[in-house]
Amino acid sequence: MTALLRAERVSKAFGGVQALSDCTVEVARGSITGLIGPNGSGKTTLFNIITGYERVDAGDVYAGDRKITNAPPERAFALGIGRTFQLTRIFPRLTVMENMLVAAQHRGVRRWHNPLARAGGQADRRRATELLEFTGIAGHAKALADTLSYGQRKLLELAYVLVADPEVVLLDEPAGGVNPSLIQHISARIGALNASGTTFLIVEHNMDFVMGLCDRVTVLDYGTVVASGPPEIIRNDPRVLDAYLGTTEEDDDAPDP
Amino acid sequence: MGRQIYEAVVDGILVGGVYGLMAVGLTLIFGVLDIINIAQGILVILGAYLSYALSVHLHIDLFLGLLLTVPAMFVIGVAIYWAFMRPLRGRERTSMSLLASYAVAIIIEGILYWIFSPNYVQLNAWYVISSVRVFGFYLPYIYLFGFALAVALVVVLYMILYRTRFGRSVRATMQDQTASRLIGIDVNRVAAVTFGIGVAVTAVGGMVYGATSGGFNPNSGYDLISRLLAIIILGGLGSIGGALAAAVFMITLESLVSIWSPNWAIVVFYAALVLVLTVRPSGLFGRQGVRLQ
Amino acid sequence: MTPAAMTGPDPVTATGLLRRAAAWRGGGALVLLAAVALFPLVFTNALVTTIGVDTLIFVAAAAAWNIFSGYSGYISLGHAVFFGSGAYTVGIAARDWQLTGNSVFALLPLAAVVAAVVAVPFGLVALRVRRHTFVVVTIAVFFIFQLMAFNFSFTGGTTGVSSPFLAWNPGTYNDPFYYLALAIGVGTVGLSWLIRGSRFGLQLRAIRDDEDRARGLGVRTMRVKLAAFVISAFVTGLLGGLWFYFISQVLPQSGFDPQFDLSVALIAFFGGLGTVSGPVLGALVLIPAQQYLTEQFTNDYLSQIVLGSLFLGVILLLPRGVIPTSSEKITSWRARRSGRLAAAGAAGGAAAGAAGREDPR
Repeated sequence: MTALLRAERVSKAFGGVQALSDCTVEVARGSITGLIGPNGSGKTTLFNIITGYERVDAGDVYAGDRKITNAPPERAFALGIGRTFQLTRIFPRLTVMENMLVAAQHRGVRRWHNPLARAGGQADRRRATELLEFTGIAGHAKALADTLSYGQRKLLELAYVLVADPEVVLLDEPAGGVNPSLIQHISARIGALNASGTTFLIVEHNMDFVMGLCDRVTVLDYGTVVASGPPEIIRNDPRVLDAYLGTTEEDDDAPDP
Repeated sequence: MGRQIYEAVVDGILVGGVYGLMAVGLTLIFGVLDIINIAQGILVILGAYLSYALSVHLHIDLFLGLLLTVPAMFVIGVAIYWAFMRPLRGRERTSMSLLASYAVAIIIEGILYWIFSPNYVQLNAWYVISSVRVFGFYLPYIYLFGFALAVALVVVLYMILYRTRFGRSVRATMQDQTASRLIGIDVNRVAAVTFGIGVAVTAVGGMVYGATSGGFNPNSGYDLISRLLAIIILGGLGSIGGALAAAVFMITLESLVSIWSPNWAIVVFYAALVLVLTVRPSGLFGRQGVRLQ
Repeated sequence: MTPAAMTGPDPVTATGLLRRAAAWRGGGALVLLAAVALFPLVFTNALVTTIGVDTLIFVAAAAAWNIFSGYSGYISLGHAVFFGSGAYTVGIAARDWQLTGNSVFALLPLAAVVAAVVAVPFGLVALRVRRHTFVVVTIAVFFIFQLMAFNFSFTGGTTGVSSPFLAWNPGTYNDPFYYLALAIGVGTVGLSWLIRGSRFGLQLRAIRDDEDRARGLGVRTMRVKLAAFVISAFVTGLLGGLWFYFISQVLPQSGFDPQFDLSVALIAFFGGLGTVSGPVLGALVLIPAQQYLTEQFTNDYLSQIVLGSLFLGVILLLPRGVIPTSSEKITSWRARRSGRLAAAGAAGGAAAGAAGREDPR
């Protein structure tokens, strides 16, 4: 069975810095795949390449059997690849509900509709409200997104990516800078979504989070994959400890500033 | 024909150098403050009028007069920054600064019309009238003097930016304002002084422009600012080297096209900008933008 | 009896506040429309109605500019390209096809279409770049058009294109222009209101906030931006055509006028960028004020200085525009009042607080 998402021998350099070299990462359908590695190991660059925000120097990206190398972001999204950003990016001057509606209606059959009709039909709003309730920020639906706290923004970003029912969601540090109780909440939501069929690829520094949630973990260092396997194997792999410069995993529990 | 082309190229390089200096001031202000100073064009004209007033009423030599007009323009620049640019805050700051500086330009234009009337004037001195044979044809001395001064000032600016403590602060602010603030750089002061320097160069630009353009009036500011904007965009916003290269390139191009038709030369000037941006949205010398901001 | 019950049938809830605000807005708009429609019947002085026509042209132009620049955040200082294209289109067509009399108004749609067609290549080039670069590209394209108008022979060069004044009763000469401009203005504001609430408008405002993020959510940004640009150009071209008949002449520097670009932008900023009513209010205040100032000062330059200072004052004192600033003040005042009334109910305060953060319209 082909992987749902596959980056094959991808290379990318910025000036003289090789961010990714010959990097191959696979995400199996229905999995929660973790992507870990020290700062600067190329995790976010890989996200950017998969979702069309950067172009590859070499290599290819596949969604199922379809080659999507260098597809622009809007096409990657239309193909069912949603993502969040490390520093959350929401639309500050739209209300929370409007944020949700930006992404609505992009999947499925496209039929003609009146472009000037009010944004968000019944079905869209119901779905959006469901997701806001699911992530726990429905009470803020009418507030400007600008007024949300950092943790709430993370939840909003997760929620509006989900509006279009993506097949795979790429999460860039979902637990970064978030308080422990909210981490629990986010982790539980991801687990629930996965149970209902959504695939995840997660970049995260919080090892408890990754090891507790993921069924497969890939370790990047200097832009190449140094190890890949189930969390219990990765946990004890000496190459992984090596990649983290000899630090023990407990030291990496603290989220990155 | 070959001779005409040769002359046009030499002319383009000499005039382009002066435009380069004015464009460097504009692009420097952009780099540090993220502001495009639309008033730069009319400030050049203000500089020209200052030189004019000094030379006509006080009989001070144009180049000597720069010792007065450059500091004066510096002070005007700092004042514009403190009064009108510094208070702008918030998300629309970028567009607001454009409009605010446009409004400043309108006010200065009105004042200049009021004082000097719309009649065209020209700066005069012996080196404007008498010519010297260079590169095989005759050119007024002012072209050579102006170019030399512009080059010297660009070198001085370069030295300030890369050899002094203040220059380090400026470059740090250009890269990351927040980080610069954190390491103790007084960003407001850097911004004010940079704005001052960016405006001060218009005194020199204005003097040379006033002596070489064959007459100017307050309305000439529009012509200048549109060229300067095209130059700094083509050179890549915030890039000093780019602004210089683009200035010489564009003015030479214009000068070449005017052999064939002076009326269409300026159209070609803007068309070149639009064409280049179609191929390279970040300008000829700007860094290729990343899609992720 | 709870304090909240004292407010009567309209309970202090966010929905109640919003509904009441909407009713006020609707009522205010109707009153304003009625006043504007009756204006030429009360003030018959040609000087006054001329200011009226100018004002209404700018109401529509600023609203059209706002549909693109206000919603998308791409500040265009090149909309005079569309205004001038519209004016020259009807001017040249009427001249070459020798149309005279009232039939010339049939050419107005052509002016709009030509401006919209011009907007396609213009947009395809300019919308590839962002922020400052976009602004400068629009200025550059503007100068290209002005220079072309100067240099081509079919545009009449420096003498431009003119047509004889229409053979109408001088006493009411301005009225048809006034009502046509009013109709275009009302239509544009209505369109602006529809777009703002639509999915298309939502995508435009998402682009304003974070274009790259919007792309990552599947918004085809180029298509959306271009559509708004073309719509905006269409209306502006229509106004250019109307304006040509109003003054019966177009010159390169008056058709393609940098002051036009600056004025529409300042009007929209003054009223509130990206709001529906802001550009209307801005034009209704600023254009008569500007005309009044021009009348007051016999010295043209002094009036220019005063005008510049006025603009500068607007930018510095009301950086977010009248509508957003005042709607924020009103909602926070209402929230405070309802907070006092519903002192016991924390929920009421929270709801009003949420309403206070509503995006201004």
